[in-house]
Amino acid sequence: MNRSFAESTARERLQYLLDTDSFQEILGPGTRMVSPHLALLGVPSSFDDGVVVGRARLGGQSVLVAAQEGAFMGGGVGEVHGAKLVGLFQRALTEKPAAVLVLAESGGVRLHEANAGLIAVSEVMRALLEVRALGIPVMMLIGGANGCFGGMGLIARCADFVVMSDIGRLSMSGPEVIESSYGVEEFDSRDRALVWRTTGGKHRYLTGDCDVLVDDDIEAFRVAAREALTCHREVTLEALEQEHAMLADRLDRFGQCTDSAQVWQALGIADPRAVPELDARGVRALQTHESELQA
Amino acid sequence: MNWQDLLTAFFGDAHTVVRTGDLLSGSGTVQGQTVAVIGTTDHAPIGVELALAQARCVLDTVKNFPGRPIVLLVDTQGQRLRYRDEMLGINRYMAHLGCCIALARQRGHRVVGLVYDQALSGGFITSGLMADACYALPDAEIRVMRLPAMARVTKISEERLQQLSESNPVFAPGVQNFVAMGGIHSLWQGDLQAQLLAALQAPLQGDVRAADGELRGGRKLAAVVAERVRTEAIPA
Repeated sequence: MNRSFAESTARERLQYLLDTDSFQEILGPGTRMVSPHLALLGVPSSFDDGVVVGRARLGGQSVLVAAQEGAFMGGGVGEVHGAKLVGLFQRALTEKPAAVLVLAESGGVRLHEANAGLIAVSEVMRALLEVRALGIPVMMLIGGANGCFGGMGLIARCADFVVMSDIGRLSMSGPEVIESSYGVEEFDSRDRALVWRTTGGKHRYLTGDCDVLVDDDIEAFRVAAREALTCHREVTLEALEQEHAMLADRLDRFGQCTDSAQVWQALGIADPRAVPELDARGVRALQTHESELQA
Repeated sequence: MNWQDLLTAFFGDAHTVVRTGDLLSGSGTVQGQTVAVIGTTDHAPIGVELALAQARCVLDTVKNFPGRPIVLLVDTQGQRLRYRDEMLGINRYMAHLGCCIALARQRGHRVVGLVYDQALSGGFITSGLMADACYALPDAEIRVMRLPAMARVTKISEERLQQLSESNPVFAPGVQNFVAMGGIHSLWQGDLQAQLLAALQAPLQGDVRAADGELRGGRKLAAVVAERVRTEAIPA
């Protein structure tokens, strides 16, 4: 049965993604660890500050997991929210789970706590990379309606492995921000087709920024995540040189493109205009990059 | 302070740092110790090219001069806000820079960040904030968003934000606020060369920013919450 990842809450996603009844929350809503700053601004707070963290099993293996709740402040990272993510990665350093999973849905730094959020994002990046240095894979699952932007977009690309749905979006600045800075001609944020073809899962999969593209179905995310448990990528000088060469090559090949569809054409896709109509399987079949998995 | 004067204050004439576009790169020698200098100037927007160019400098330092300290000089208006950057996956380019800095640290390079002019949002996360410790000059500017823009987005009046920002450092621009939050270790005043030398020799204590934020009263919960998530017992 198809259960939409995008339309589920963070807690529902965890319930159906992980092994049945295996999720144990740390610092759950009962502890009422709320943002100390939102109340001062007269903004409602949430008992989990928009992120659920804990331990669970996936395919029988012990994992640490975080899920951001897009319905609360767009999943924005504030002081408590960010500290929960940092603490989870730090816990992984001693607990040594099979993997750390982040179900990322966030507009990035929460403006109401902008300074705390900005610092927290870098603290998460540092803790995440320490976890990877121990050989523990870190996985990002992106399929929420709010996408994964700003600081969370940076964190996502520090991970070993990225799974996205075609509904999911991964990018830095939101289209609205770009439009408000340089006008509608630069990026029309109301052109949904343009927004998805630029930041959506299909484009990120075709260029290799996402490792596995799945349908908007929690079970499909579960299958991909379970298979990715063994996908650790060591962060070495050689690996970062490879990454660097790939990014330089991308600039050379696609730097002159003015639309994602031109990138797809340059990738050798015969009919780029058909890509938005394809389902995840159809896009995976285009085989533009080597994935270690074929979900 | 402009970057030329800053480098003179650090190294006198004993440096090779040059400007290429908005990129600053080279090395300088102070009291017999050579350090790599990597940074940006002119409030540079960090686009895909500039993120990659800085990453190149970090990787070259790691490859060619193992252990050489790295000083990151921050002056940026933030990530470049263009369609092309998003299309090309700017978040991956910037994350790559952050990963390169983390690699340098892991391989024993001391990394010192300094906001000498302006540090805005995303452009700051993957440079100075990835250093062992980040410092700032007192007249530098650090912010995510100015209060008028923040008022528009949050629908909270600018007057109210202004009033609240006087007692709470969590959202308003300003280097002092970032010191209070623990993101900036300290401000460099007076003898800049002495400050640089002290930073290069300061004991390494891991990421102490949340603890500093608690100590200084700017982030009273970050360290506590992280500690609880890190250590709280879960029934087996």
